[in-house]
Amino acid sequence: MNERLWGILVDSFPKLLDYGIRVTVPLTILSFALALLISVVVALIQYAQVKVLRQVCRFYIWIIRGTPLLVQLWLVFYGLPSVGILIDAFPAAVLVFGFNEGAYMAESVRGALESVSRGQLEAGYCVGMSYMQIMLHVVLPQAFRTAFPALSNSLISMLKGTSLASTITVMEMFRQATVINGRVYESLGLYTEVALIYLAFCTLLTWLQRIGEKKLASYGGEKA
Amino acid sequence: MMLEAKNVRKSFDGREVLRGIDLQVEKGDVIAILGPSGSGKTTFLRCLNFLERADAGELVFDGERFDLHAASRADIARLRKKTAFVFQNYNLFLNKTVLQNVTLGLTLGARMKKDAAREIAVKALEQVGMADRLDAYPSQLSGGQQQRVAIARALASSPEIIYFDEPTSALDPELIGEVLSVMRQLAEAGMTMLVVTHEMDFARNVSSKVLFMEGGSVIESGPSRRFFEQPKEERSQAFIRSIIEARK
Repeated sequence: MNERLWGILVDSFPKLLDYGIRVTVPLTILSFALALLISVVVALIQYAQVKVLRQVCRFYIWIIRGTPLLVQLWLVFYGLPSVGILIDAFPAAVLVFGFNEGAYMAESVRGALESVSRGQLEAGYCVGMSYMQIMLHVVLPQAFRTAFPALSNSLISMLKGTSLASTITVMEMFRQATVINGRVYESLGLYTEVALIYLAFCTLLTWLQRIGEKKLASYGGEKA
Repeated sequence: MMLEAKNVRKSFDGREVLRGIDLQVEKGDVIAILGPSGSGKTTFLRCLNFLERADAGELVFDGERFDLHAASRADIARLRKKTAFVFQNYNLFLNKTVLQNVTLGLTLGARMKKDAAREIAVKALEQVGMADRLDAYPSQLSGGQQQRVAIARALASSPEIIYFDEPTSALDPELIGEVLSVMRQLAEAGMTMLVVTHEMDFARNVSSKVLFMEGGSVIESGPSRRFFEQPKEERSQAFIRSIIEARK
């Protein structure tokens, strides 16, 4: 590797990392929090078979899963202003990422809820607990454990997906890489560098996932 | 009369599972519900605690009437405060420890203070010989131990009656004894119990009365001793014979 390229990479590293930590990570965390909230609500509505709302949820999942993320992003940021809905780039990205991943996660959470034995609910009723109490203290925690690997997957995929926000002017880590590249023309080196930073972030998440799974395994064993 | 069920009916997809079951329970009764598989025993027991909605039927509990088909959620909650249910598959809360399994209904259902609930729970667990495993999770216990915890969970709410749905059917043969001996203790202490079971020794020696069902109807009911020694109905006789045959 020549000295110029090495110098560019060393110079750009702290800048990329800075945008990674200040923009990519918060964008991921906020979007994931929104997605988690949406997915639990949507999954619960379907699990409890709430009339009408249930159809609304199926419709939401159908639309989101059936259209590309990039198109959704552009629709919200470039399309909606023409009907008077103007959302800044960063919040628009959070909304789209949250609603998009939320649809996938809702299916993971619903599957996990349905895998919890109905007997848990019956036992709860028989000791005088209400539906909400049983869901909160017994069914949801068990479902969470089952859904955890799938949710971790979603988180990791979302972290990488935030690079798409660069296309709607959010100055996040990848866009910063393209900006630097525009000055120095070192695509291979710079994009490899930014890829490695994403890889490092994802490695950290994978490691956190393993710790989380160990914690959740504390009550061990198979399902009755 | 503590509990009286009248004309309990239930169909699944047009198939009649219960064809009008009647039952009377006095305080302190231990009633074994017997019968071949598919006779509707479990469905009947589940209807009494609204785990299954009967198509028709009435339950009088402590003088209060409940419509087994149309009771309101509040009525059901009030009834369940006086009853407890032990399941064939234990249904312990898998994400809770032994102690939490017993206290959860007390602190959340009955809104009891944590300390008071703990005290009651430990006592109930002592009664079933599980007080030394307070912090274990269900998956760390044998089936027999899980079922004893489930019985402690039932006891903790001080129910007037405990329903047992085939409490030993899921257990390995060598674990059945420990559960039956706990149930025998309860019976001797005067607990009112309604037990769907295939354990003939229990029905014969511990239960005071027998309700024999077949094809969704009660064929014969009465004191256990009389049922086993002088069954009146032909089908009861055949049933008892088949059990004796199976033992040989």
